[in-house]
Amino acid sequence: MTNLEKYNYDVVIIGAGGAGLRAAVEARESGLSVAIICKSLFGKAHTVMAEGGAAASMGNVNSGDNWMVHFRDTMRGGKFLNHYRMAELHAKESPDRIWELEVWGALFDRTKEGKISQRNFGGHEYPRLAHVGDRTGLELIRTMQQRIVGLQQQDARDYGDAESHMKVFAELTVTEIIKENGKVAGVYGYWRESGSEVLFEAKSVIIATGGVGKTFKITSNSWEGTGDGHALALKAGANLVDMEFLQFHPTGMVWPPSVRGILVTESVRGEGGILTNNVGERFMFKYIPEVFKNIYADNEAEADRWYLDQDNNRRPPELLPRDEVARAINSEVKAGRGTEHGGVFLDVSKRLSAEVIKKRLPSMWHQFYELAGVDITKEPMEVGPTCHYVMGGVEVEPDTAAAVGVPGLFAAGEVAGGMHGSNRLGGNSLSDLLVFGRRAGMGASEYTKKNSDNPVSDASVSAAAARIQAPFSRTGGENAYSLHAELQEVTHNLVGIIRTGVELQEAIEKIAAIRARSGNISVSGDRKFNPGFHLAFDLDNMLLVAESTAKSAILREESRGGHTRDDFPGMNNKWRQVNHISSFDGNKVNVKAQALPSIPKELFDLFDVHELEKYMTPEEITKGGSN
Amino acid sequence: MARKLNLRIWRGDSTNGALQDVVVDANEGEVVLDVIHRVQATQMGDLAVRWNCKAGKCGSCSMEINGKPRLACMTQVSAYGDDETITVTPLRAFPVIKDLVTDVSFNYKKAMEIPAYSHPANLKPGEARMEQVDVERSQEFRKCIECFLCQNTCHVIRDHEENKKSFAGPRFFIRIAELDMHPLDTLKNRKKTAQEEHGLGMCNITKCCTEVCPEHIRITDNAIIPMKERVVDEKYDPLRWLGSKIRKREGIV
Repeated sequence: MTNLEKYNYDVVIIGAGGAGLRAAVEARESGLSVAIICKSLFGKAHTVMAEGGAAASMGNVNSGDNWMVHFRDTMRGGKFLNHYRMAELHAKESPDRIWELEVWGALFDRTKEGKISQRNFGGHEYPRLAHVGDRTGLELIRTMQQRIVGLQQQDARDYGDAESHMKVFAELTVTEIIKENGKVAGVYGYWRESGSEVLFEAKSVIIATGGVGKTFKITSNSWEGTGDGHALALKAGANLVDMEFLQFHPTGMVWPPSVRGILVTESVRGEGGILTNNVGERFMFKYIPEVFKNIYADNEAEADRWYLDQDNNRRPPELLPRDEVARAINSEVKAGRGTEHGGVFLDVSKRLSAEVIKKRLPSMWHQFYELAGVDITKEPMEVGPTCHYVMGGVEVEPDTAAAVGVPGLFAAGEVAGGMHGSNRLGGNSLSDLLVFGRRAGMGASEYTKKNSDNPVSDASVSAAAARIQAPFSRTGGENAYSLHAELQEVTHNLVGIIRTGVELQEAIEKIAAIRARSGNISVSGDRKFNPGFHLAFDLDNMLLVAESTAKSAILREESRGGHTRDDFPGMNNKWRQVNHISSFDGNKVNVKAQALPSIPKELFDLFDVHELEKYMTPEEITKGGSN
Repeated sequence: MARKLNLRIWRGDSTNGALQDVVVDANEGEVVLDVIHRVQATQMGDLAVRWNCKAGKCGSCSMEINGKPRLACMTQVSAYGDDETITVTPLRAFPVIKDLVTDVSFNYKKAMEIPAYSHPANLKPGEARMEQVDVERSQEFRKCIECFLCQNTCHVIRDHEENKKSFAGPRFFIRIAELDMHPLDTLKNRKKTAQEEHGLGMCNITKCCTEVCPEHIRITDNAIIPMKERVVDEKYDPLRWLGSKIRKREGIV
């Protein structure tokens, strides 16, 4: 491998979304050299799509808010399947992470007192989301992108070269995490532009690759959401936890077909948007689950009053956690009360003036006007569920973001599991990626400083290179685009928002069959910026993710959060004690049950015991926490 | 209803290339990026195109459609006549890598040349207080999705490779304006360096950048002109002097 392009860094970060960039800042500030690798151009990551805001209990709008309230909301939203420690760290640290962005130049919307404004969102008891209109994700990405440029400018002053200690490798795909002697040694990949191969040697690798939405037919995710990090981690010997839990965002666009799945921010409901069916019924009142009856209004008058007086009224049911709203919409459409295009109506035009809508929801107005020819200041939107977020992900140590079982591997952001339990609250992902991006940067830095060099062997390089060459060596094989479409059809029909054991079994078999055929993909053209070649590798990742999801889903015989079983409706408190752990044996994904870490007494005591009785078994209640 | 669309796509690389005609199905409501993807999946597996969000939020799918710089994901096929051929070509101001993908690294180099935001040393995290009206001026520029259509269309560099060295371009003028108008930024002389180091003076405000901005940022009116005026303010400028006299005479301050 004499001509191989080779680099050596202290920390390699795969992914340049919010989590990856935050990790990069942390690792560089701790004095280490950092490579940031991303599949797209710098600053294009899916984080830019996050609209509503970042949840942090700063208490700027309602001083009653604090980390304990946020922690409770997060656990409730996740139906208590969250890793308690991640939810705790997240709730405690997110205000600092938001304020820190201001120090780097972020400009959030303000309150009258000049503080950072906070808006209401589903599942959050108080107005909690720091926001910039409906383009909060863009603000986060840009702020951190510019922070990284700032650090590079400092390096230019100190070392004469802006890229001496931190470099962005844009449009580069990682195909392998290389281990030597049981520990991480580096990553291997190819430049998308030229197809030529690259080796990065590094003692620690942070996976921050985001989600898996492209496994599904209707998704809010961009092409990058192909579960790369999930699959890379599995293949490197890490575990995935609870991959059955996928969030179907209740409101994606449904018309025209080309935009089907594109996100309609929850802020539309946060700002007063109501959901109605084709007979004009505001149907969400029918879908308030028992566990939420004390905090959600069961009549229109009270729901409407809440927008003016939140202390003395219960919240409108449009603001229930996302899993509840998505299932409700699904039921309405199934019952024949949907719109012409298979969605329901979401209307904000009757509550807010045109001017206010354009001010608070500018990109929604723009999106509907330009793509659907709908003026949301005058007409309702048509919306329906879209695959938005994967709660499952790499099993990590909460404090360091270290992947369980693989020394030197770390994961943060959407690709990490545990934080959100069975369902994520809106606004908790932007704060998640800041909190755990930073922790992954710290964890990786500490690990790197403590461990000695671990060079990559020639044998590992040869194996990785052979894999990249393989699809070019075949002719007349399978077409990656067609296989991808087949996979999406299977996941959409059989592993989607409502599942059954029979269908999941069928899915497992079909996914295995597609995976077998994918071994025979051939690619037309050469290596130069060749999307067919790129998709062949993305598809391999999606197939592993889909297998993990289907195999986890068939085991969980209950309905909870982002996993709904038609044959097992309702939550079962016994299942709350179980995480599903996926591992890869080189041939297939195996899923086993593992006991959920039990919540310590001081966190247990933050809840009203009667609320916990809805989620926990009598034995757990009697025990009252783990210490 | 699907219809047959005549699409003409530029294919090639830095050495050579040509327009190729294809006929592709186009369905109701589809955008140009949709039909490009259909060509990719069914006829040209190795057709290179950048894209990400497909919702006008990431600024990746910039290209020229019938000669106009546009986002392919926000350009409806129905905006063109039924018999009209749609021609898609790569951005002209940047070197072609392959097909519709260009080398936009120029922009990242320019980003590196603009000094970062500088926070007041005595202001701890969480202590910042700003009025909404004051942050809104910079927020307009922070809407930028870095599609670089403004850079591509700007005639200072579009056909003048030699100007690239000394000209940052509209995207980075709004970056400078954003920092200059940031209520808390402590770095002085941003306008002056815009003029002296980043080529603000080369802009002769033809507003082409504003016209192509998919975020409708008023690049010329709200960023470039105010900076030019104030730079001139700080120097001596007879036109400015005359202007101020005339306005005073009319009783306008």
